[in-house]
Amino acid sequence: MDNGCFSSPRCDFPAGLRVLVVDDDPTWLKILEKMLKKCNYEVTTCCLARHALNLLRERKDGYDIVISDVNMPDMDGFKLLEHVGLEMDLPVIMMSVDGETSRVMKGVQHGACDYLLKPIRMKELRNIWQHVFRKRIHEAKEFESFESFESIHLMRNGSELSDDGNLFAVEDVTSTKKRKDADNKHDDKECTDPSSTKKARVVWSVDLHQKFVKAVNQIGFDKVGPKKILDLMNVPWLTRENVASHLQKYRLYLSRIQKENDQRSSSCGMKHSDFPSKDLGSFGFQNPVNKQRDVSIDSYNYSDGSLQLPNVETKSHEGDPKRIVSQSTIAKKGRALNGSITDTNMRESLRVGLNQTFAPLESEGNHAVFDCSIPTQYSWTEVPDMQLKEEHKSLVHLEDSFNQMPLHGKQHHIHVDQSQSVASISSAPSITGEEVAACIEAKPLFSDYKNDHGSSVNSIGNAVDTFPIQPGSLVMNDQSLEPISTTNSGLKTQGYNNLSCIPDLEIYQRSLLLGSEAASAPLDADLHFHWLQGDCYNMNFGLQSIGMSEYYDPGLIAEAPTHLYDSADYSVIDQGLFIA
Amino acid sequence: MDRNQSRRQVAAMKQSLFDQGLLDEQFIQLEELQDDANPNFVEEIVTLHYRDSSRLITSIEQALKERNPLDFNKLDTLMHQFKGSSSSIGAKKVKAECNLFREYCRAGSAEGCMRSFQQLKREYAALRKKLEAYFQLARQAGPQETACRSK
Repeated sequence: MDNGCFSSPRCDFPAGLRVLVVDDDPTWLKILEKMLKKCNYEVTTCCLARHALNLLRERKDGYDIVISDVNMPDMDGFKLLEHVGLEMDLPVIMMSVDGETSRVMKGVQHGACDYLLKPIRMKELRNIWQHVFRKRIHEAKEFESFESFESIHLMRNGSELSDDGNLFAVEDVTSTKKRKDADNKHDDKECTDPSSTKKARVVWSVDLHQKFVKAVNQIGFDKVGPKKILDLMNVPWLTRENVASHLQKYRLYLSRIQKENDQRSSSCGMKHSDFPSKDLGSFGFQNPVNKQRDVSIDSYNYSDGSLQLPNVETKSHEGDPKRIVSQSTIAKKGRALNGSITDTNMRESLRVGLNQTFAPLESEGNHAVFDCSIPTQYSWTEVPDMQLKEEHKSLVHLEDSFNQMPLHGKQHHIHVDQSQSVASISSAPSITGEEVAACIEAKPLFSDYKNDHGSSVNSIGNAVDTFPIQPGSLVMNDQSLEPISTTNSGLKTQGYNNLSCIPDLEIYQRSLLLGSEAASAPLDADLHFHWLQGDCYNMNFGLQSIGMSEYYDPGLIAEAPTHLYDSADYSVIDQGLFIA
Repeated sequence: MDRNQSRRQVAAMKQSLFDQGLLDEQFIQLEELQDDANPNFVEEIVTLHYRDSSRLITSIEQALKERNPLDFNKLDTLMHQFKGSSSSIGAKKVKAECNLFREYCRAGSAEGCMRSFQQLKREYAALRKKLEAYFQLARQAGPQETACRSK
């Protein structure tokens, strides 16, 4: 992949950069429009976040960058930011008249590639193209990494994947052109250097994601490859590349979660007495989880079929080394993410993780990894806010969610994963506190858990109680990220002692993950229990794809995570499809 | 001559607005955006701002009336929006008053909020009047030259 042409996808780049501006202030909207036009950019203005999301969804790959205000009446700017990042993976610039460090930090954590203070100067807008360019470079790099991963993977896994792997790089270029989304504009941009061109963005709707997860499950995580998934999915306009990048995201997400969990435990000083370090760190990779895994995996088959964790169990143990690797990578990621672990932070990672997780959930047997990740999630989220010391709590939550999931069976948890893995998670359109609670609820689990981890879990579990995950809501797919924040508070009130701070997203995600896993599995104590015991299985649900556990080759993983997390956007993930 | 004089008057008026600390750099930015495609850009923006911000002023007044107790969060949010809007035209003094108001909100001082808001309204009205006069004069002096920075 040569990046030479990459430097200017268009002859007159950055002229013609397609910018979407979202701001409820009509005065600023007009000023920005004028300023951007003066920069020779193509401007679309929008005063409602929802409308903006619709525009973005309608015209996938119709915009290069989004500039949004932080405070908007219909939707929090940060939520919009997450949605865009998850669903469309576009660079987003936040703006506000408020330049408080905490706000700026929050923006960065949520994935903003820049944060501008009003009044905005023209010169600041002139340079926004750098974010688009940067992302493209990252994507290209990811692609490269992916290729190398693929080859390593191929060597390890042999034939099945080789097909996918070998061809990926080659086909990728061509698939870009074939892609239905690739419109002329897209092609224009990519004509010079296919590998470096930005791939058309595919919006992973709930349905699409469900198909994806199903396919992954059917194939079996350790055998999964974009080509196989694509064939199974039977979506004519979808390209192998789309699938590959989605799979990668999914895996990365899982690994990130796991890492974060690890990170959280260590950095946040959470007392993970039993859990965190060992569970998370080594979680999944080689723990007793394996045994659990089998059990739990089975249960994961959701009734609604969205997340089907097919026979993951058996597979879970396989490829352990990979798992471990992934775990470490995840940990790495977690660390990176931990930085300022805050809700947004977590969301980000969760987001990523979720994406990743979804894919694997279905087929991979490497749930072990998930377990780790999931708990991490909790702890991760918790830590920032609440100083959750108990790891258990996070676990508990996870469990709860898992439990909840199955309980709810149809709960949307599962849906969430399916469609928009990442997007859904972050967007958790309507994850209300209630929902979260439901997920976490897993009361019965707690008791079991408790045994393992202590009573703290109990409280949490109960607190969570009812997380009525609505089928549609969980799906973060895109539609409405908002609830995430509310969920958190909801959780808090629930009495989540430890988890109170869990950001909505986190909870949502957890639910998703848990849900998917839990959903299939009978919420029982066993499952729960196993789960607690470090059987990341559940958690890995999402992570599976991330390959934390088994599939990731340490080398592979190492590369992916850094990319993923550092930029907190999926472009990186996109490229580094880890097909374990 | 007359024209020149008018233009000079316009320039002087503008300068005084800056000197009095009523306007800041943002206003100049707006002027620089004005071009053949949008020859009255600055005035349009200012008009748009006053229309939008007067609605916010009303909302804040309303919120201040609901006294028992005052919803500081709501007031802070409204003022945040108002501040954003004021920053769009470079209303320097008005913005400073916004900050003061928000501080009172954070401190939970109803008294401070009320006082600060009264002051804010005065500044707001004063600037509005001056800008109206400015644009009127500018229009008389000749549309092209009023808002352009001398090159």
